[in-house]
Amino acid sequence: MRVWRYGDNVNTDMLFPGKYTYTCSKPEEIMPHLLEDLDPDFSSGVKKGDLLLVGSNFGCGSSREQPVLGLKHAGIEAIIGRSFARIFYRAAINQGLILIECPSAVDAYKDGDEVILDIGSGRIEIGGEEHRFPPLPDAVLAIRDSGGLLEYTRKRLEPRKG
Amino acid sequence: MSETFVQKVLRKRLGVESAQPGQIVTVKPDRLLMHDNASAIIEKVKSDIDRFGIVDPDLPVIVLDHVIPASDEKTAINHRRIREFVRKHGIRHFFDIGEGVCHQVMFEKGLVLPGDLVLGSDSHTCSYGAVNAFSTGIDRTEAAALLLTGETWLKVPHTMKIMLEGGLSKGVYAKDLVLTMIGTIHSDGASYRCIEFHGDIGGLSISDRFTISNMGVEMDSKGAVFPVDEVTREHLDTAGIEDVSPVWADPDANYWSVHEFDMGDVVPVVSAPHKVDNVKPVSELTGLHFDQCFLGTCTNGRHEDLKVAARILSGERVHPSTRLIIAPASRSELVKAMADGTISGLLEAGGVLLPPGCGPCLGAHQGVMAPGERTISTSNRNFKGRMGCKEAEIYLASPATVAATALRGELTDPIEVI
Repeated sequence: MRVWRYGDNVNTDMLFPGKYTYTCSKPEEIMPHLLEDLDPDFSSGVKKGDLLLVGSNFGCGSSREQPVLGLKHAGIEAIIGRSFARIFYRAAINQGLILIECPSAVDAYKDGDEVILDIGSGRIEIGGEEHRFPPLPDAVLAIRDSGGLLEYTRKRLEPRKG
Repeated sequence: MSETFVQKVLRKRLGVESAQPGQIVTVKPDRLLMHDNASAIIEKVKSDIDRFGIVDPDLPVIVLDHVIPASDEKTAINHRRIREFVRKHGIRHFFDIGEGVCHQVMFEKGLVLPGDLVLGSDSHTCSYGAVNAFSTGIDRTEAAALLLTGETWLKVPHTMKIMLEGGLSKGVYAKDLVLTMIGTIHSDGASYRCIEFHGDIGGLSISDRFTISNMGVEMDSKGAVFPVDEVTREHLDTAGIEDVSPVWADPDANYWSVHEFDMGDVVPVVSAPHKVDNVKPVSELTGLHFDQCFLGTCTNGRHEDLKVAARILSGERVHPSTRLIIAPASRSELVKAMADGTISGLLEAGGVLLPPGCGPCLGAHQGVMAPGERTISTSNRNFKGRMGCKEAEIYLASPATVAATALRGELTDPIEVI
């Protein structure tokens, strides 16, 4: 498991350049350009179960779903950040990608520290030290736990159809 | 009980006794805005739409504006898919290429009214705060689900109150004001919060307010809202709307924070690369050379903006070391600018006219820069790579500063050339 570290105010153009937004929307089209202008080594180096540790206002800028789709497809276990931009935060919930707001964990991490995540109980252990984060509201968890908003929506619409 | 604007809007729609910040509520928006990304949105739920149908053909508003006319086969296929969808499902509010940038079209067609709740799959959906609506951006998947259900969840936000005092000096514009606010509040300073503008707003035109609300998202706000006054009513009259139900905060509402700006203190500014909150006075960077000057977008591509630029450039020539690109915010704004000679003034000065739409703002086509080049733009974002090249630089400024810079080829305070 590798921890990819990025700073504050990482915007959507750095996560997925705008010039591709109307020609790439499937995960396999997104992957080669994922984080292209932020970290050219990311898309070839990322592995399932990796973590992102980021600063404040991560994902600011456009309504751009491709970085969320790409990170989910790459198998990122969670993004731990100081804070997330609003639309990015919703987009992650809607794709079932786990975002954790925990500034103390971000500040405590030193290269090489072991990170143990216990999402259910709201705990992160970094280099043996425990940090806690509040659980998501039930209404939001229901969407994430269905695997994303479309799955959640289908589950709700199906009975109406009979 | 005293309430902020957003509390009141949400409480009234929900028909409940109160909407408290932090509370999660299920809402049915009045409109769902989409643009070229409607193609990807429809694709996500194609089989669901066949099975369950669209919840309401009057809910979506679709405007083709981002890459128009189509730049290649892929974008042409996207546009075709959207047109087929519109026909098949009887979508009433569809605007094909050339009508303008989606936010400007929503606004001038009267599709957004005071007190409305609008969600859109574009971050600048917050623009309609200019006409007292609570409007905010969502992602594509959420837009897709809304097509099926017509409802989604929102967290009632806290509100920041911005007091505007005095008036703007000559050569200083709404863009300078909003960039100054962003420079102070910063890119994440309004995260998850709504902004209300209070104070001496009577001197700000509807176009000025649009510029300001449009950039609310550059502080990560959930909405950036003005009250309804005579200026708003005049705009609504033009759009043929008489009956409205404005909503505003109670005088003793509770705010997360209060910020004051003396408009008389604002000077011409730019946002320097590569963050919108990297705001500097023009005077600090005077003389900086620009390869390209861009006038347009939903932020500053209206008749009023083009007119300010034409006053500086009419009868003059764009400096030979730079180039001027113009993308009007809508067909109707372009027509107005043609009728009074604004466009001929800009073209005779050497400007290049693009169709009404997003143009070079998002870097997909029309006016992409080469590595090492620098653009001064009236748009809303200067992120690295935004205009298609990560080794290029973007500075944001008012239409007057962009025009003054086009005239001299180097960053110029508009007061010197007005």
